[in-house]
Order: sequence, then C-alpha cells, then structure tokens
Amino acid sequence: MTFILPPGLALQKADERIMTLNVGPQHPGSGHMRIIVQIDGDYIVACDPDPGYVHRGEEKMAEYRNYITNIPHLERPVIHDSCNVLYPYVLGAEELLGIEVPERAKYVRVIASELNRCIYIMYWLAIYGIFLGHSTMFMWPAGDRELLIDLMEKMTGARVTHAHFVPGGVRNDLPPNFEDVCLRQVNYFEKRIKEYAAVFYDNPILIARTRDTGVLSRQDAIRYGTTGSVLRASGVDYDLRVKEPYDVYDELDVHTNVMKEGDSYARSKIPWLDMIESCNIIRQALQKMPKSGSVRTKLKPNPKTKGLESVYKRVESGRGSLGCYIVSDGKVEPYRVKLSVPSFRNLIALPNLLKGEKLGNMPSVYWSLNYWPVEADR
Amino acid sequence: MSVIAPKFKLSEFIKSLLDNIFWIILLLVLIGLPAVFMILFVIEMPVIDGELLTPFLALTWLADPTRILPVVKAFMATDIFRVMAFPGFGFAALLAAGTIFVERKMLAKLQLRVGPFYCGKFEGILQLMGDGLKLISKEIIIPAKADKPIFWAAPVLFVAAAAAFVAFIPVAPGWVVADVEMGLLGVFAVIGFFPIITILSAWSANSKFPFIGGIRALFQMVSFEIPLILSLLGVVMLTGSLNLSEIAASQSSFPWIVFLPIGAIVFFITMLAELERIPFDLPEAESEIVAGWLTELSGMMYGLVQLGTYLKLYAFAGLFVVLFLGGWNGPMVVPPFPEALLTGVEMGPVTVGPFPGLPLFDQEMLNGTLWFVLKTAGVIFFILLPRGVFPRIRVDMLLNLGWSKLIGLAFVNIFIALGLLYAGVLGPGGLQ
Repeated sequence: MTFILPPGLALQKADERIMTLNVGPQHPGSGHMRIIVQIDGDYIVACDPDPGYVHRGEEKMAEYRNYITNIPHLERPVIHDSCNVLYPYVLGAEELLGIEVPERAKYVRVIASELNRCIYIMYWLAIYGIFLGHSTMFMWPAGDRELLIDLMEKMTGARVTHAHFVPGGVRNDLPPNFEDVCLRQVNYFEKRIKEYAAVFYDNPILIARTRDTGVLSRQDAIRYGTTGSVLRASGVDYDLRVKEPYDVYDELDVHTNVMKEGDSYARSKIPWLDMIESCNIIRQALQKMPKSGSVRTKLKPNPKTKGLESVYKRVESGRGSLGCYIVSDGKVEPYRVKLSVPSFRNLIALPNLLKGEKLGNMPSVYWSLNYWPVEADR
Repeated sequence: MSVIAPKFKLSEFIKSLLDNIFWIILLLVLIGLPAVFMILFVIEMPVIDGELLTPFLALTWLADPTRILPVVKAFMATDIFRVMAFPGFGFAALLAAGTIFVERKMLAKLQLRVGPFYCGKFEGILQLMGDGLKLISKEIIIPAKADKPIFWAAPVLFVAAAAAFVAFIPVAPGWVVADVEMGLLGVFAVIGFFPIITILSAWSANSKFPFIGGIRALFQMVSFEIPLILSLLGVVMLTGSLNLSEIAASQSSFPWIVFLPIGAIVFFITMLAELERIPFDLPEAESEIVAGWLTELSGMMYGLVQLGTYLKLYAFAGLFVVLFLGGWNGPMVVPPFPEALLTGVEMGPVTVGPFPGLPLFDQEMLNGTLWFVLKTAGVIFFILLPRGVFPRIRVDMLLNLGWSKLIGLAFVNIFIALGLLYAGVLGPGGLQ
C-alpha cells in the first residue's frame, strides 16, 4: 500500500544548509497566516504562503440569509474597508431586485467608500511602518485615522463596521452640517498625510531598504492576475473607478496613480498617493452632491428576485478590484454568493517575489502586496 | 472556597489591609511606641560611659550628626560603597531607569501619544517599577531542549559584563570603581565579551529565531568592534595614556571632539550598533525573527537582559563623554561648602556643630558629577532619538557600512590625530 502525500507534506531530501522557518501564525510579522520560508544563510530559497487560518465561511452563510440580512456579515472580511467590501454585493443585489438608487445616495456612497479606503490604507500603512521597525510610522497613521473614523461615526453611527450600504441606497441620510465638517476634516487629513513624506517616504534608510527589492515586472503582474496598488506599481494603468465606473464615478475626475518600478517602495507609495487622490474625490463629490432628496428606495420586506439569474459586479476597493458574483433562483435567499477578493490575487505573487531575497526583506515585500489575511480566507 | 468563611477572599483581605495601613501606622506611632517606652522606663537600664542608657539617649546617638557622620564618611571611603552605590552599580542603575522613563515619554511625545500615564501620580513615573514587579512575578519558562546551565547563566553574565563596563567609567576626579592604568584596553576586553554571551544565550536556547538573532548579533558586534577601537586610537595618541581618568583630565581646556569630530561620529555610530539600537536593532527585529536572541527568555531572565542593556547604554554614553566631551570638566557652578557648618553655628544660646566628617563630598566632586551627568544625559538623548525617526536597516547594508565606510573614516581620524601630534599643536596632556 502506498501513501500519496499532498504536495505540502511530501518529504524532501534533507539539506543541512537549508533551514525551514515557520513565520506565523503566532509571529509578529505574519498576520493571520503562515509563511513557510526556507532560508540558506540570509537568503530565501523557497517560500510557501499558507493562508486559511481565519476562514469563516462568509459565502456559505450568505446562502441562508435574505438580501438585507446578508449585509452586516458580508462586510466582516475587511472591517476597516467595510463599505468597499460590501459595495459589489449591494450593486449586484440592486440589479437582481430591480431597484433604482436616488442620485443623492450615489454620492453619499462614493464619499463613504472613499473615506473607508483612506481608513483602510492608514491601517495598512501603520502595519507597514512597524514591519520596517519604524514605530513613529505605526503611531501617526493609527492616530490620524481617528479623524476619518469620527467622520464615519457621524455619518453611519458606527466606528468600524458600518453596514451603511443597503440595496436601494444608504441606510440613513447625512447628519445636518456634515458637508462642512467633512470638508474641514478631509483638508486637515490631507495636510497630515503629506507630512508623512518627510519622515517615511523620503527617509534615506527606507529608500535604501525597499528600492529594488521584490521587483514585480509588468508582464508578471498581469500574468499572476494581481490587482490594485500592486498592479499599478508595476506600471499598469488599471483602476476600476476609471475603467468601469460604477455609481457616479463617471461624473468625477479620478486620477490614477501609476509607478513603473514595481518594487516594494513603489508598492508602498501607491496607496499613499491613492489617499491623496481620495481626498480630491471626496471634495468633488461634496461639491456636486444634490443638497437634498431621498437617499433610499424602500424595499418591501423579504424581497424576492425574478427567477434564475446571476450578476457579477466589481468595484475598486482599498486593495484592488473586488468582485461579487450572485446567483439567485427566485427565492428570498441568494442561491450562491461568491466574493472574488484582491488579497488572494495579490498573494499569488509572493513566492516568486521572495525567492532569492534576503530574510530582512520578507516583511516589507510581504506587506507591500497590500494583503489582508482575513479577506483572503473569507 | 473555604467552608468556614465562604465569602473570604485573600485578595480582598490584602486590599482592606492596604486601605487600613495608614491607620495602623498612625496608631503604632501614637500608642505603640509610647507603650514600649513606658515599659523600658520601668525596667532597669544599663550604664554606659557613666551615662544611663535610656531610650532617649539611644535615639540621640542615632540622630546625632556629630556621631553618625564620621561613620557614614568612613563607609563612603570603602570599596563596597563605590561598587554598590556611587559611581558603580546604584548610580548607573538610577541613570538607566531615568533613561527608560525619558525614552518612553520622549518617543510618546514624538508619536502623538501620552506614554505611561497612570502608574504613579505624576506622568507614570512608577511604570518601570510596575514592569519590574511584573517581570519578577512571571514564570520563567525554559525550552525543553535548551542547554539549561548556559541558558540560565547567559542573562546573569550579560548583566555582569555590563556592570564590569560601568566600573571603568570615571564620574568625577578620583571617583571611579576600577582606576586601572590600562582602562581603555579593559573596556575593549569587556565589550569583546558581549558577542560571546549573546551567541551562548542564542545557541543554548536551541530554537531557530534566537539562533538567527544570535548570528546577526555576532556579525554586528564583531564587525563594528574594529571601527570602534580604531576610532578611539586618535584620542589615545593625543593623550598618550590608556587611563580613562587621565584622558578625562587631559581635556580641561578643550574636549577632544573639537579636534577629532570624525572619530566622535564614527564612535557614535558604532556605539548605536553595539547597543543594538534602532536603526541597528537587527538582532531583535521583531517583524522578521520575533525578538531575535531574546525570544526564548522569559520573566526576570528577560528583565536581567534589559537591565544589562540599559547599563551598557549608560556605560557607552559615559565612555563617549569621557573620551570626547571632556568627562567631568566644566565651569564651577556648585557653590562652596558653607564654612560655618565646619566651625559651628551660634544660634542664640545654642551652638550647633561643629560637625566632624563634613563635607561628605567636596566641591570638585559635586561639580564634576553634575557636568558628567549633564553631558551623559545629552549623549543618551541622541542615542534614543533615532528610534523615532529611522526604520531598521538590513544585514548587508549594516556590514557594508561597518567594513567599508566606518573603518575608512576611522583611519582618516587617525591621520588627523597624527597630523595634530607632529605639528606640535597638541600632545600628551592636552593643548601644548
């Protein structure tokens, strides 16, 4: 009787120069996952990312709840980016249920999703800072993030998990005087994040550490199917807000940040530039938004779809294009909900980027992929 | 839960005891002590020197400065005082504790935080004490496959080596624990011990992350010892002595940093690397190798290593001050000791004093200590500052810096020193 071992468990010929390190899941530099790293001295010879420690079955759960009660749990994969992770589901559900969204609600959604993008990127940036041993860059974004969290709290009533987008618009109208407060906070926020350049992005040690490390070429970036900041750092001009505008992005002037280097430095700088662009979008949206009107088309309780049909919608989240595929069979619950997440797509590039790198580059290359472990596991 | 007193909890009992401790002490003083004195008053007392030894007399003996001061002064002349209190371990530990407090608060201010805030009434000043208590009370876990004797010994050896380093630092004229002729050579010898202790600790833990951290520490310390030693040769040439007290005394007119700025910069950078401070904290890089060679240390073993690290930080800062910033030299700012206390002060009908044994410390020593502490605090501030500004560098960048750049700069510094020496501007003993 012969045992056929799965590839990960296959016995390998022992080489006494090679040391296998289990980086994670209980490791300060891994997040909720494990990276099996094989090192020869200080060089990484092989790397095997092993996600799946926080799998929560969000997609299966979605098959037992109706289109409205799916909202609070489907934003759990990325609670810091909860509006964006819910956005494709809401767009798809609207198409299936055949609802029109009021104009004002579309603008409110754009503002909320851009604010959420900034909140997510600040959290990501804080962890990127501490991965490089820069404790100031951990504390500054974590503190400045509060500005926007307070803004989201005013808007939705919740600090992190908002559950604000519903099929047919948003849950509540903006509070009075929100536009002024939002403009003031966003202006101050933009001023603050531009100061990060002095301490972080122009820091000579940071540049020396991350330049030309983990280089992802343009061809490889397209071949692996990476999205978002990773793709744009490799010189591909691809942003769903411009290429496939949803809601009112076609009425706004969105600039796409592209860098050609494809190294860790470029991948870490693109999200920061995206935040500045988000501030521009929020200011435009505040200006163009209708000052009054309905923000929600009311649904009847337990809405049903017409019959067997499916829809695929995708949006540009903080990490890249995030898709949601919904199949309905005419019942109250969706037949199948599938989230196509950017984190998992970006993680695919990791083994090839880390091969031949030094062990000291592992945290910066790994986290520059704009990867959120919980989202990849869903 | 006990059956006799079902609601009894030890923690609540201790809490109530602490709540009442003020009243217990008050009652002890108001009732207990008089009661003891009453009893002593009744029983027959011995006679010493023709005087009846009453409790009052015994207390007077203890509180009388003319009798107690010579004892204190005699104790301060002993070696044990120098080793334990000043300028040895106690003084260094006090400065190290201050360093930790300043580091936390300064970094917090830099990073828009408040830092330790609640422990102790003022700005979390007792936080370090709380941390120490926590570390002492924690369980010490030894890895099953560790080489236990060496693993136990390494933290103790680390503190011992750091304390030995402290012993060489002269704080004030004549105030040094080990005033040896080859002081600087002794310092080099002690610095050479740290990589050995680090690799012993890392290897004996028998774990992967400590092993990588230990190897990194070995790389770092060994490759930075060469520029460290070379950068100090300039000072030795100009002074003509290896005795740290003589080096400090030779800078009475000019500190050597004025003539040898390159040597001072090289020494400062190598100092950061030897201390494993950011940006050179590769052996403890937490996002790569957990906590490096400290990963398997727990409880007070970790605490001992931290204590050793901060003692080492003080000692390196002190060495920088002694070699480049003039040590204890500085303008006389401490007022002279009041003469009246030596001869006796007439306060109406009563004459207070004279006090034999005063002054405990002379004016030179107090002034020297003041300047030394001020300069050391300044150097420590600049050692702490990069932690808030720089990220960590990589091993190859570190070795490149150490072997190609710093050694070259150290040789430039040596040539500057030689030039100054043969031009006749400077020589042994300072400005010619």
